[in-house]
Amino acid sequence: MRWFWIDRFTEFVSGSHASGIKNVALDEEVLDDYCLAYPYLPPTLIVEGMAQLGGILVAEHFDWDQRVVLAKIGKAVYHRPALPGDQLRYHVRLEGTQDHGATVIGTSHCDGELQAEIELMFAFLEPGRFAEGSLFHPGDLAIMLRTMNLFNVAVDKQGNPLAISDKI
Amino acid sequence: MTQYSDEVFDKVRTALVDALGVDDDEVTPEATLVGDLGAESIDFLDIVFKLEKSFGITIPREELSPEDILTNSQYVKDGSVTPEGMTELKKRMPWADLSKFEQNPRVQDFGNLLTVGDMCNYVATKI
Repeated sequence: MRWFWIDRFTEFVSGSHASGIKNVALDEEVLDDYCLAYPYLPPTLIVEGMAQLGGILVAEHFDWDQRVVLAKIGKAVYHRPALPGDQLRYHVRLEGTQDHGATVIGTSHCDGELQAEIELMFAFLEPGRFAEGSLFHPGDLAIMLRTMNLFNVAVDKQGNPLAISDKI
Repeated sequence: MTQYSDEVFDKVRTALVDALGVDDDEVTPEATLVGDLGAESIDFLDIVFKLEKSFGITIPREELSPEDILTNSQYVKDGSVTPEGMTELKKRMPWADLSKFEQNPRVQDFGNLLTVGDMCNYVATKI
């Protein structure tokens, strides 16, 4: 099972914000056992989806030089369950940056209604912490992001298409 | 030492309550961030973000964490900060009450030095 919790990037503006889609499907294993007889996407995986969206926003802002990890969930509010057949539209905004981390605010909408709201804090792993070098094998992150449509929608601060960095 | 207003204290308290999940009444000027309020290293980054947003200020890491002094053999001997090192710490952190630490300045105890009042004093120097 691949740890992808967004299906597609739909918007990405470097250093500012990003949007993406998560489709909830009944054939997803994760819906099977979470709540018997009432399948829905576990809220923690909605956080994970927006963390993936936000983590990429942060990592790209720092030119892919930092090993970005989700460090803290400052707030998470769920307004309705995400049921099979729902399409969640995630939006994240870069709120603050520091030398050692960044904060992101995110929302999830379904059928035009606010479905969830979160505040996330990312930290940068110090050199040598857990492992040396990148968290990804060379090229893996680029393949993952291409699969998720990032480079078809991503633009830099001037609105120019974002190039695929050789750092990923 | 800088005096801070009630408004500064209220905003710092809000930041600490949000970041650490403590109750309002636990956040007193004398409470230490680590020992009394349970802050862990990652919480300090969160606190910095919240204070920067709340007060519209920028907080460079070295102002709150003088690691360069505490790891410098010129300023530390046998695990304790030397008088010369204390002078440097006081220059770097004029807003902090270092008097208690100075009595037995073991580096390992520095992490539990900062109090809520120190944070208020620090912020007051930035606004």
